[in-house]
Amino acid sequence: MTPTTPTAPTAHAANRGVTDAPLLAAAGLHKSYGATPALAGADFEIRGGEIVAVMGPSGSGKSTLLHCLAGIVSPEAGTVHYQGQELTALSDARRSALRRSDFGFVFQFGQLVPELTCLENVALPLRLAGTRRREAEARAAEWLQRLEVADVAAKRPGEVSGGQGQRVAIARALAPRPRVVFADEPTGALDSLNGERAMQLLTAAARDTGAAVVLVTHEVRVAAYSDREVVVRDGRATTSAVAL
Amino acid sequence: MTIGHTLLGLLESGPRHGYDLKRAFDERFGHDRPLHYGQVYATMARLLKNGLVEVEGIEAGEGPDRKRYAITDAGVTDVEQWLAQPERPEPYLQSALYTKVVVALLTGRSAQDILDTQRSEHLRLMRELTRRKAGGDLPDQLICDHALFHLEADMRWLELTAARIDQLAEELTR
Ligand SMILES: Nc1ncnc2c1ncn2[C@@H]1O[C@H](COP(=O)(O)OP(=O)(O)OP(=O)(O)O)[C@@H](O)[C@H]1O
Ligand SMILES: [Mg+2]
Repeated sequence: MTPTTPTAPTAHAANRGVTDAPLLAAAGLHKSYGATPALAGADFEIRGGEIVAVMGPSGSGKSTLLHCLAGIVSPEAGTVHYQGQELTALSDARRSALRRSDFGFVFQFGQLVPELTCLENVALPLRLAGTRRREAEARAAEWLQRLEVADVAAKRPGEVSGGQGQRVAIARALAPRPRVVFADEPTGALDSLNGERAMQLLTAAARDTGAAVVLVTHEVRVAAYSDREVVVRDGRATTSAVAL
Repeated sequence: MTIGHTLLGLLESGPRHGYDLKRAFDERFGHDRPLHYGQVYATMARLLKNGLVEVEGIEAGEGPDRKRYAITDAGVTDVEQWLAQPERPEPYLQSALYTKVVVALLTGRSAQDILDTQRSEHLRLMRELTRRKAGGDLPDQLICDHALFHLEADMRWLELTAARIDQLAEELTR
């Protein structure tokens, strides 16, 4: 085996125009819930357009890391830099605005608004960003098409299957063309065929739009869609020692 | 022997020349490892000796390439038996890896590093297969999936062993 530096861009990633400077970088993150340490000095970096899998045992701090990176949770110590600016130093309002404009989210479930149709759900973040209804819905329809769920556009989330709902959620996350997509167990509730298809569509769309993806998963076959992985153990992230 | 049975199976649809058999084999199964001509002729000689194929005709010219093989009744029976026989489930245990882990523990080296290195290597191959799958047709996808599921099983073993490494160390040094 050839030793290589962990930060070297992979040939595959480089082909897609992955940038050299990190887009999002965290250093020395600490976060506790009561007496439970969730993060104990975690470091993390992702470059533009890169797909990074975050793996590790249950309870090791993966979701907490993702929440800190996305500015949803504030760490007690450590820094998160997005495009050079320190996230923790921003006001709550500016952080929320940044999340809306630059970040997209895909979770295991429960992320779609149950009262809205699938089309309206996908259009919602575009509407919040100031796009007019017609255009937002036209773009939402395109994204549903791309994720192969155009037929559920008029249904509400409660009326579609888990796999369809997850594709709608992926469409919603990607429609505003975020710079970073945060996905926490995006295939967790899907069978393997649906999970695979969802991953293919998610990574292909991210590649097309140049979005970076932070992909939390405990499934190695899902992680295999990434460019590289970090493993979180006891609240610390270790970058794989092999360029992948 | 899988190659022999496979070549016999290919002959069932009609007589073929050696080079034609090789081409058909490579096209379907030789994605990573095409057959050598030598392998084909050695195999055909064995099948001939065992009465599973016969030479149906020889073209003018030199060399073994000229023989046209046909499957015999015994050959067809042989293929049938081969297909009916289940494959022995392989234990797929990474015995070399287990040995390394134990030697590392016994010599006070990091077994975790060995497991992490193996993990990365496995995932590297899984990425490669996943990419190949994305660009492949259905047969290609199914072949890749088979490998991916096996690699996944290895990965689970690696995780489990990593989680129990301290316990194993304790038992070994007791
Ligand atoms: N909101 C919370 N309140 C209290 N404790 C929490 C909270 N969120 C996380 N924890 C604790 O922090 C630790 C890390 O949790 P986290 O959710 O980050 O793990 P994870 O790696 O995502 O696990 P899983 O694979 O099970 O999703 C765990 O011990 C968990 O119990
Ligand atoms: Mg989690």
